[in-house]
Amino acid sequence: MIRMSQVKGRRDNLAAWTMVAPALLVTMIFALYPVLDSLWLSLHHIFVGIPKLGSPFVGLDNYLTLLRDPAAQQALLVTLAFVVLSTLLELACGLIIALVIHERFRGRGLVRAAILIPWAIPTVVASQLWRYIFNDQYGFANLLLFGNRVTDYIPWLAYPGIAFGIIVLADVWKTSSFAALLILAGLQVIPDDLYDAARVDGATIWQRFWHITLPLLKPALLLALLFRTMDAFRVFDLVFVMTQGGPGDATQVLQFYGYQTLFTEGRIGYGSAISVAVFLMILALSLVYLRAIGSSLLERRHT
Amino acid sequence: MTRRVLLALSILATVGLSLLPFLWFVLTSFKSQGEIEAAPPGWWPSGSLEFYRAALFDHHLFDYVLNSVVVAGSTTLLALLFAIPAAYALARLTIPGKQSILAVLLCVSMFPQMAIAGPVWRLLDSLGGLNQRWGVVLPYVALTLPLAIWILASFFKELPPELEDAARVDGCGPWATLFRITLPLATPGIFTAAILILIYAWNEFFFALLILTQPEQQTLPVGIALFQGEFTMPWGELAAASVVATLPLIVVVLLCQRWIVSGLSAGAVKG
Repeated sequence: MIRMSQVKGRRDNLAAWTMVAPALLVTMIFALYPVLDSLWLSLHHIFVGIPKLGSPFVGLDNYLTLLRDPAAQQALLVTLAFVVLSTLLELACGLIIALVIHERFRGRGLVRAAILIPWAIPTVVASQLWRYIFNDQYGFANLLLFGNRVTDYIPWLAYPGIAFGIIVLADVWKTSSFAALLILAGLQVIPDDLYDAARVDGATIWQRFWHITLPLLKPALLLALLFRTMDAFRVFDLVFVMTQGGPGDATQVLQFYGYQTLFTEGRIGYGSAISVAVFLMILALSLVYLRAIGSSLLERRHT
Repeated sequence: MTRRVLLALSILATVGLSLLPFLWFVLTSFKSQGEIEAAPPGWWPSGSLEFYRAALFDHHLFDYVLNSVVVAGSTTLLALLFAIPAAYALARLTIPGKQSILAVLLCVSMFPQMAIAGPVWRLLDSLGGLNQRWGVVLPYVALTLPLAIWILASFFKELPPELEDAARVDGCGPWATLFRITLPLATPGIFTAAILILIYAWNEFFFALLILTQPEQQTLPVGIALFQGEFTMPWGELAAASVVATLPLIVVVLLCQRWIVSGLSAGAVKG
């Protein structure tokens, strides 16, 4: 009897491994190995199109260059500004949307679908859409603001600050609904009797929001923050389509700078160093967040 | 009473802000060149289909749609094929190192595309996958697997284990149990994962841009991002192409809203 269950256990183990192995293999080949390869490449000088230079090993040289590269510093600043501004706005809008679609009303399913449409639209399409809305001659923004006064029309995307703001706006429009869904899931697990009890005690709607909803929503908000931050750090499509990093370097984000270095200029070693640096920053950030989320989950368990 | 008015207003505002921007593209796609270029531009279209004709026949739109269908379809099928057994094993069976596998998957789902772009390009170059549709499918499968496994595993965990236990007692191995008992029960979860993979593959731009350089192989996002006219930007054709690229997604969202909402929150909250 014992022997048979041992044999069965071993057979189960084998089956478990054959079930996991194909997925792990694909992940390793197309995700894990490339990250390690990037790390390795970043320790070399490689220039596409100048093969006679070879690919000498240069240690951390590329990273030292990166620390002194003013263009990279600018890209880091723009990226950080984009991440902070867009995630905060998305959380705020997401919270409002979540509160709205959490209410019970007729046609709620349709409203939820309508809100999901910006999320489902390809980012490239959203980028072209906002680029067209802020077009200097044909754009909806000018038409709405100035109507017939064609001479007043503004070339929005030609101004550095405004171009940056438009990219943030496009991102907020596209992804607030994703934040809203995560927050909605948090709203749904708050028990109704908490609100009932507070109402009996005479708490106003604001007091109920501040003292019940918001504290209990903390894990969901942190989770939304985590996902949105990771995603905002990777912003590329919007910049590629709308501004190509311009005007000047006002919207030059790290991913776009890395892309240009790697694929336009063909500086494989330096471009890989940029990619690895972005990767490490995201990794560090996500560890910080996961810690915060973990402890907030623990708090909830204690109370 | 004020509360109901307030609610109605906020519903109207959210729906309006969500839909109106794209509506401008929809209107534009049905205009004529003259209506677009008028100063000021006209509000309402005359209902011309000229931009759709031009996008289809002068701007490779037909190629883009076909390529997107092939790429998104095969990505979804392959990713599910790999994700279903893996998710089942991670949810139900004992695997040494399960926690580290889940951690690695979570980590992969956070990768910035740039961190793997160069090596993936080199890998595909050596495999002959550049400018091939399967060349983008492979990285897409790898990058959607974590999300798919995450959703499916949390779904499998919620199924009552009694049926599976009974099957195991009757001598079914793990594979037979998965296919005969669990899969039929898990169709909603599989459907959810499929929708999310499909939307990802339909919309992905970065890898498609790197790997597909010929219009004959490019997908819709690449085609739309690189849309160009001979002298001026062909906004009308671009709007028509954008509507074509977005229409299937709108249909999917309208039909599957419930699954998308549950899928996105399942991956996040229960996982």
